[in-house]
Amino acid sequence: MYGVTNLLLIAVILINFFTLGSSRLNSCIRAVAAQGALLALIPLAAHGLTFHTVVLGVGAFALKGVLIPWVLLRALRQMRLRRESGPLIGYIPTMVLGALITSAAFIFADFLPLRPEHRGGLFIPTSLATLFVGFLLLMTRRDAVSQVLGYLVLENGIFVFGTLLAEAMPLMVEAGVLLDLLVGVFIMGIVMDQIQREFSTLNTERLSALKG
Amino acid sequence: MIVTTLLRLVLLLAFAPLMLGVIARTKAAFAGRQGAPVLQPYWDLGRLWRKGIVVSRTTTWIFWAGPVVAVTVPVVASLLLPMGALAAPLSFEGDVILFVYLFALARFFTAAAALDTGSSFEGMGAAREVTFACLAEPTLLLGFVVLARLADGLTLNALLGAHLAAAWGSSGASLALIVVCLMVVLLVENARIPFDDPNTHLELTMIHEVMVLDHSGPLLGLIQYGAALKLMVLGAVIMRMVLPVDTGNLWLDAGIFLGGQFVLAVVIGTIESVMARLRLARVPQILVGTTLVAVFAVVLVLR
Amino acid sequence: MPLLLIAALLMAVSGAPGLARASARRRRGADAVQPAGDAGTERVATALLLAGAILGIVAVVAGLLGRGPHSVSASWAVPGGLFELRLDALSSVFILPVMLVVAAGAMYGPGYRPVREGARHGAGFRFFYGLAAGALPVLLTAQGTLLFLAAWEILALCGFFLVSTDDDQPAVRRAGYLYLVSTHTATLALLGMFALLGGGDPWLRLPAAGSLPAGGAATAVFSLGLLGFGLKAGLVPLHVWLPSAHAAAPTHASALLSGLMIKIGVYGLMRLISFYAEVPAWWGWTLLGAGALSAVAGVSLALAQHDIKRLLAYHSVENIGIIVMGLGLATLGRAAGAPALVALGLGGALLHVINHGLFKALLFLAAGSAIRASGTRELERMGGLLRRQPWTAVFFLIGAVAICGLPPLNGFVSEWLIYRAALTAAHHQIMGLALAVLAAPALAVVGGLALACFVKVFGVVFLGSPRENSPTTSAEATRGMRSAMALLAAGCVGIGLAPLALAPLLRAATAEWAPAIAAAGAIAAEGVSGGLREAAWLSAAAGLLLVPMLVIAAWLRRRGRIAARGVPTWGCAFAAPAPRAQYTASSFADGLVSTFAPGRSLERTSPPALFPAPARVLSHHPDLALDRLLLPGWRLTARLFVRVRAVLHNGLTSAYLLYVALTLLVLLIIFGGK
Repeated sequence: MYGVTNLLLIAVILINFFTLGSSRLNSCIRAVAAQGALLALIPLAAHGLTFHTVVLGVGAFALKGVLIPWVLLRALRQMRLRRESGPLIGYIPTMVLGALITSAAFIFADFLPLRPEHRGGLFIPTSLATLFVGFLLLMTRRDAVSQVLGYLVLENGIFVFGTLLAEAMPLMVEAGVLLDLLVGVFIMGIVMDQIQREFSTLNTERLSALKG
Repeated sequence: MIVTTLLRLVLLLAFAPLMLGVIARTKAAFAGRQGAPVLQPYWDLGRLWRKGIVVSRTTTWIFWAGPVVAVTVPVVASLLLPMGALAAPLSFEGDVILFVYLFALARFFTAAAALDTGSSFEGMGAAREVTFACLAEPTLLLGFVVLARLADGLTLNALLGAHLAAAWGSSGASLALIVVCLMVVLLVENARIPFDDPNTHLELTMIHEVMVLDHSGPLLGLIQYGAALKLMVLGAVIMRMVLPVDTGNLWLDAGIFLGGQFVLAVVIGTIESVMARLRLARVPQILVGTTLVAVFAVVLVLR
Repeated sequence: MPLLLIAALLMAVSGAPGLARASARRRRGADAVQPAGDAGTERVATALLLAGAILGIVAVVAGLLGRGPHSVSASWAVPGGLFELRLDALSSVFILPVMLVVAAGAMYGPGYRPVREGARHGAGFRFFYGLAAGALPVLLTAQGTLLFLAAWEILALCGFFLVSTDDDQPAVRRAGYLYLVSTHTATLALLGMFALLGGGDPWLRLPAAGSLPAGGAATAVFSLGLLGFGLKAGLVPLHVWLPSAHAAAPTHASALLSGLMIKIGVYGLMRLISFYAEVPAWWGWTLLGAGALSAVAGVSLALAQHDIKRLLAYHSVENIGIIVMGLGLATLGRAAGAPALVALGLGGALLHVINHGLFKALLFLAAGSAIRASGTRELERMGGLLRRQPWTAVFFLIGAVAICGLPPLNGFVSEWLIYRAALTAAHHQIMGLALAVLAAPALAVVGGLALACFVKVFGVVFLGSPRENSPTTSAEATRGMRSAMALLAAGCVGIGLAPLALAPLLRAATAEWAPAIAAAGAIAAEGVSGGLREAAWLSAAAGLLLVPMLVIAAWLRRRGRIAARGVPTWGCAFAAPAPRAQYTASSFADGLVSTFAPGRSLERTSPPALFPAPARVLSHHPDLALDRLLLPGWRLTARLFVRVRAVLHNGLTSAYLLYVALTLLVLLIIFGGK
């Protein structure tokens, strides 16, 4: 059981690298969708089949794996965008930074005062790495779609952390988080639409023109 | 010992071009063609061997040295490497580094031979070759670091020993990542799609093939034969990681090795058939990404 | 040991007759060069240098065999001074390349800077060359702190005069000034270091190996030592003075500076660490990190250069980085009590010290010969020299293969040892030490970049066809220059084919460096002896490599049928490719430079138009460490001090009197309590 979970978590990290290095928005969105789908499997793999994990898994899969990517892909099609405008500091430096963050997360996780049963597993480093890769995406990308993706990856990191505590955390809290996510994406969708109308581009750097 | 060594040499020298034939045949099957006979690479080599050599007036002895080094290096490197379960005859602590650097030596001389012609196209090819190699070499070493962590020695015989079968259970994730990374290295080093196309006819997009534009006759034959040997030697590393089987019977082991090589050839042929050639500017990105994945594999195996 | 002192003296005075003669002539008012007389003193200088070098090698070998006294001392009237020289294995490792490179330089000089062509400051140049060569063995064997510092300063000043030999060029003057500033900053750091180091009698004697306890001022001593010795060695980001200085000096002086002079920084670091009985692990990590940074940054910047001497100078930064990585691994091994790491890391570092001395000098000498033949240092203007200079090309090729660390030459052997040290770390269970294994992929990056760089240089300078019709003075290098290069090349090939010959020396030096580990017998058991015994296999592999190559080559030569000779290169259906259309050095390195060393500035003088007009492209690669980091830092500091001075130095007498009173008070508080 533990082996499957670890493989899933490694796949999650690999998808992090992919999103950092890929220049096509389409494949980026699909990768993040795949990450969400994988995440949905993790509670099942880690804690077995219970009502709690099934609800969590199905909810996460529907939202992260299907609904949000579908919305994003639709938005992309409407805006006729295929390739993003590129990160602020180039793909290779972003990827290198991502690798540094991941390695640092692994080393840092060994120093955390964890309970013995959480020690040695991949949950904590994966969640930290994913969280910071999400931040990295948010910081280095210019267009709004990629920033939404960064936000999603960030949330995925939190989700990994949450699954570690799936038994301790009430269902309502997780439902609330997922709902927040959905609302967040919708708000970003509206913002994206507005940016697109105003500047006919999704480059958020243009927003700086709005400051007084 | 002597029988094993001779058998290994025969396997390498006789069957290496066959891998190229299998790859071509696989690609033909995907394209719905009948394809050239599997033995075609041998006929090609024979034809080249009988031809004369055309020597440009700008070239010097370096032009001749390139092919000679390119064909010698894989043979010497193969002596350090266990081919399947057939242990390497030349084995000492740290031979893994010699293995990596031998190929660097070959690269130095092939690239220099390309520059010797004074052709701008060949210079371009040489530049790309060394550039991509710079990015691929750390991946290869990181792969060996993972293997070194799992083994108790620094000889290739120890790194690629039979303990790998058990290691797949304990650190399968790292090994799987490394196998994927080494596959990328193999494709880059052997000028395969999606990184380079051995059959392209547009000089501007070629990498390896454009370096040998001016070589002809036996010199070109040596280069092509050397490329086949290199494919088999690097392929042996990957196949040993995937198939760490020791039967104890010499002939059975040799058979397993050859079978593994042909499976690898089919896999390469499949990759070449289903993937498109990458844009040149994307290649370094992919290679850096591969290196980072390999670093990740090392971090996984170290903790 | 007395032999070594005599050798040093012979070398130190080798230029004196020439200098005396030149100054006598100037006093007489005849400032015109007199070739005949100068040639005579030059011959004397060469003979003295060669005699000194041979004596020096004899002395080192005798010392290793245990013949003759190991130390020599004399009375020295300087207060606190101790004139004692002691030759041990660690010093011998550094002295051996000194003798070989100086001998090669002596043979090379007359051909490279012929007096009859009226080379500037010929006599002065030879004097300082000899003085530097003589001061090096003294520094490397000095036991007294003052003696060490005196030799250090002599070397620093000689270096300055060697760098600014051609002082009619502004670039050279600037390089010399930068060098002088950095070397004296280093001296300042060393003064502080020795003051903290000494404890009881600070100015007398260097401590014995393993005699100092850890703790106390150790952190400050190490930091100051890293600054002082690191500046001398050219560790990134303290390397800023190095490329311009080494490029400005005449070629065989560059070989001396780049191959030997910067090694005294490494020597200092090694000695400093050996003083301590226990070393903290962070010293090792710092050295490993600094070494890796220097290696990668050095080689990336080298790749971006198109001045051949600057390029070689940046490669010195890289190689110092590799040496310091080995030292760092060894220090980590000492901190963690891992003998294999100590033996392999330090063995590799020491061997690389010798190797780098040999192949870097060889490369500089061969580059000098190429520069003489083509009349420029710009790579983009050279080309096709192999036809005109077959011997120089072969020597450069040997140096290039060696510096890339390719088998079967010497560079590979030392890098192989350092790699093994790094890979051995993988077997350690401690998460901390196991991370050192990442040094191996770092070395692989460096190796790959170095290979790209030297394929570029060799290909652009010696292969293809000439890019410009350069005024060729002489085709091939003179006999003296060729024998100098042959000497160094023989060293490279010899160490590569028979590395075991140096094993006893390296083993002894490692035992001196880490006496505690050596005393436990651990090194003999599993470290150096085991590590170096495998070097015999390298010889076997080299044989296996070379013999089939020769067979195939001979076969090709006999049986290969030439169908056509003297045809033009296939230009891909373009009928008349001009030599200028060959791939240039800048384009060759472009892909790697943009990945590893961003920051290149491109200047186009004419924009691409519909109908192409003549255009120029200027590419310049600034050293970010100097332009972005150090210069602004210095400027900020200077401005700060100006501000402080404006407040303190206000012209009021009463304020000055206040300072005096305050100083007195502070001194009373500090020393009155005791």
